[in-house]
Amino acid sequence: MADHKTNKDQRYDRQLRLWGDHGQEALENAHVCLVNAAASGTEILKNLVLPGIGAFTIVDGHRVSGEDVGNKYLKLSCRTVLLNRAQATTELLQELNTDVSGNFVEENPDRLLDNDPEFFHRFSLVIAVQLEESTCLRLGSVLWNAAVPFLVCRTYGLVGYMRLVVREHTVVESHPDNALEDLRLDQPFPELTNHITSYDLDNMEKKDHSHTPWVIIVAKYLQKWCREHDFQLPRNYKEKEAFRQLLREGIRKNENGTPEEEENFDEAIKNVNTALNPSKIPTAVEDLFNAEQCENITSQSPAFWVMVRAVRDFVQAEGRGSLPVRGTIPDMIADSDKFISLQNVYRERALQDAAAVSRHVESHLQAVGKLPECISEQDIRLFCKNAAFLRVVHCRALVEEYGVDTVHKDEITSCMDNPDSEMVLYLMLRSVDCFYQQHSRYPGVYNYQVEDDIVRLKLCVHSLLQEYGLTVNVKDDYVHEFCRYGAAEPHTVAAFMGGAAAQEAIKLITHQFVPFNNTFIYNAMAQTSATFQL
Amino acid sequence: SLSLLLFSLFRKKKRRIEELTEKMALDVGSSGDWDGRWRHVQKFLERSGPFTHPDFEPSEETLQFLLETCKILVIGAGGLGCELLKNLALSGFRHIHVVDMDTIDVSNLNRQFLFRSKDVGHPKAEVAADFINSRVPGCHVVPHFKKIQEFDESFYRQFHIIVCGLDSIIARRWMNGMLLSLLVYDDGVLDPSSIIPLIDGGTEGFKGNARVILPGMTACIDCTLELYPPQINFPMCTIASMPRLPEHCIEYARILQWPKENTSIPSLLVLMCLPLYGVALDGDNPEHIHWVFQKSLERAAEFNIIGVTYRLTQGVVKRIIPAVASTNAVIAGTVPSRENTALFAYVPLNNYLVFNDVDGLYTYTFEAERKENCSACSQVPQKLQFPPSAKLQEVLEYLTENASLQMKSPAITATLEGKNKTLYLQTVASIEEKTRPNLCKTLKELGLADGQELAVADVTTPQTVLFKLNFTS
Repeated sequence: MADHKTNKDQRYDRQLRLWGDHGQEALENAHVCLVNAAASGTEILKNLVLPGIGAFTIVDGHRVSGEDVGNKYLKLSCRTVLLNRAQATTELLQELNTDVSGNFVEENPDRLLDNDPEFFHRFSLVIAVQLEESTCLRLGSVLWNAAVPFLVCRTYGLVGYMRLVVREHTVVESHPDNALEDLRLDQPFPELTNHITSYDLDNMEKKDHSHTPWVIIVAKYLQKWCREHDFQLPRNYKEKEAFRQLLREGIRKNENGTPEEEENFDEAIKNVNTALNPSKIPTAVEDLFNAEQCENITSQSPAFWVMVRAVRDFVQAEGRGSLPVRGTIPDMIADSDKFISLQNVYRERALQDAAAVSRHVESHLQAVGKLPECISEQDIRLFCKNAAFLRVVHCRALVEEYGVDTVHKDEITSCMDNPDSEMVLYLMLRSVDCFYQQHSRYPGVYNYQVEDDIVRLKLCVHSLLQEYGLTVNVKDDYVHEFCRYGAAEPHTVAAFMGGAAAQEAIKLITHQFVPFNNTFIYNAMAQTSATFQL
Repeated sequence: SLSLLLFSLFRKKKRRIEELTEKMALDVGSSGDWDGRWRHVQKFLERSGPFTHPDFEPSEETLQFLLETCKILVIGAGGLGCELLKNLALSGFRHIHVVDMDTIDVSNLNRQFLFRSKDVGHPKAEVAADFINSRVPGCHVVPHFKKIQEFDESFYRQFHIIVCGLDSIIARRWMNGMLLSLLVYDDGVLDPSSIIPLIDGGTEGFKGNARVILPGMTACIDCTLELYPPQINFPMCTIASMPRLPEHCIEYARILQWPKENTSIPSLLVLMCLPLYGVALDGDNPEHIHWVFQKSLERAAEFNIIGVTYRLTQGVVKRIIPAVASTNAVIAGTVPSRENTALFAYVPLNNYLVFNDVDGLYTYTFEAERKENCSACSQVPQKLQFPPSAKLQEVLEYLTENASLQMKSPAITATLEGKNKTLYLQTVASIEEKTRPNLCKTLKELGLADGQELAVADVTTPQTVLFKLNFTS
């Protein structure tokens, strides 16, 4: 057992460094359903099986075709042509990772929706690939009502498409690329002020002076500045420059009057902007505080919202308008003691703030008749540490995207101001779906069909635009191009989408990093992409 | 224009190679194509479209070219390499070579899917080739369990396209330099059929990039060296006396403690005055890592630093870069498309693509521009400006620290009194010892003159780089 664990640690080492052991656990407890084992689907699952998803189930009623064998993720040898696609694909994928449990259902998804729609309720996530519009909408409806996240993925010629449908997806650990530090230099908490006061820069030994953390230096000089400027912090460029000059003058000079080499002061000067970042609550977080789910905490409230509410309470009370202190500081030139003691000041304050938040959590849980153990201290601390980075994503139901009254007309029209925007590719995908509805096939699959289908497809485009009242211009070139594609699924595009979709699936399962919202289009011709909210 | 040239170079090269391959045709064996096998690919090669190149003529010939003649080299059979090999094989390429000097490790298995647990310890190139060859009928992958530097021009010249999935900037630069050395100029005009396109991809966590390089025509690796900032190492004084982070404690154990405690001096060798030798720290040896971990904990305890873990220790010692299957899949997915833009005949646009899916999905493409005085591809003589009183040490530091050069261990030679003289060379211990005193000498003392040419060799390039020395006052 222990051996297996270390082996898993080794195997997954490179990804554990991204989402941690708790993220991996979430992945291993997940059960994903893939509808349609087309090339894109196989690629998506491969990228979920390799990192160790708990289980997958493939729903597909097709037999393996010659095209599949030419196109799909390796291993399909000629003899598997006789197998059903679901089974063949399951066996392929199972081989990649024996820790993963693979299942298949040899059934047409429409039939499953007819006979047993609740089949889909058991999954953490359902991914549909190359699915016809009508089935997709039916499935979307079932999943929306069951609150199961739904990811639609398509590869159509040189165009890739993804649509995420999820009622509410909360993210505590969004891992932002460029997070601002939480230093509170504009409004130091009492312990920080005390710590700063304990330093006497003017009377320090030279060695100590050169190894005092820049945060202390800036804090000290800010105190000086505030006394001389009516308690106003440096606000504009001119004042910040003047402040930098003040810092410069603080550098010790040798007997000849030349400034010594004091790298910590250089750091302080470089970091003035960072230091003066106002410690305010990001709008995204304010929005969460104002949300209905935060206002009304019930016994059904997910832990996320209970904690949002607890943090809001904290902000209004102990926090005095600020979020809980994050507790981390960046590395800076300093001797070990000074750095560690400064770090501890922030760390201890963070623990205190988290404890205060915890008391608010407890009182809300009690008020709705739940035990405080429902939400662990660890979770609360993690939440507080990430309080400035919380994200909630809502990706509306397909029925709203498709509804004539609820279509996002403005978004579509304004994007189409540029007729070559990726939006035109979306409109073309909708148009080929119309074509399929009318002709039970996609345009241009066979060479002899291409010419006539261009005319037919153009009619579909017009009727689509008319139905939704979209006054946009779809160039003939795109109609021609989509006929040319003949609904092909080139492997390289399927591979790209397989990677993209798998990563979004991992985000949904681990609740780490932020999923897209809600339509992603990849143009493999121009190698560009765009995200729209439709 | 670029697109015209790209397309015509394939035409010319195709003809040239067809002549050559007549003589060295591989026996691919039976590769009966079943019905529908290439249907997905055929739609793009046999049908014209509104966005294809004006010169593109749809034909069945192109598919034939793909299948029969086109020879591709994949460098690296790791995260990107496995994905690339699969994509190429399933897109119709049949003649593929793959070079990789590594063997398989357990930590590869979360993404390098051509390998299984039983393959751990075996050469990546060979296992990858076996896998593809046994599963994709008609595809013939030739593995090379070697370093790229072990091959010369005659090897690289046989390929139509080279695709890189490397994890080292040095190796990229070397490859870049090799392809530049293959260029043929007739009367100062570049012969397009001597161009071998280089497609280079890289990934790190949730970020990745892919670029197309036409050596001699578009920006090369060295033109955009500033995009790869040099690796930052912690200052020695921090590690030695002022640690603050757990990483500092680990580096202390690795850099200072390990050599001290793992150098043995057999008495006989001392008598023979041979230099000390020691056991090098092996990041893949769990016992070594464990030793470093324990020492790091002790160091951290001394300074009240928290956060030293086994995982962090390994990460710091091996300079581990996090990696997942999905990012590699995405980047590899763009790569054959790029080369296929010529074969699919779309007008290739910007040559550098960047991808990031930390927050939603983000792609950005731009045209990386050639650097006028690029030390690798510009053919403009590189300048070194120093006063005659400057020491050779300063020149060495310039070569390694300058952002556009970033050499690793340059060897400097010059012609003095009609003879080729090595001024300083690091990579051979005996020569290093002999030439070390030159570092403290001034350029004047070494006998160098204004306008003198210095030849510099380095691991970052297969060819020596010529510098012109200008004396400043």
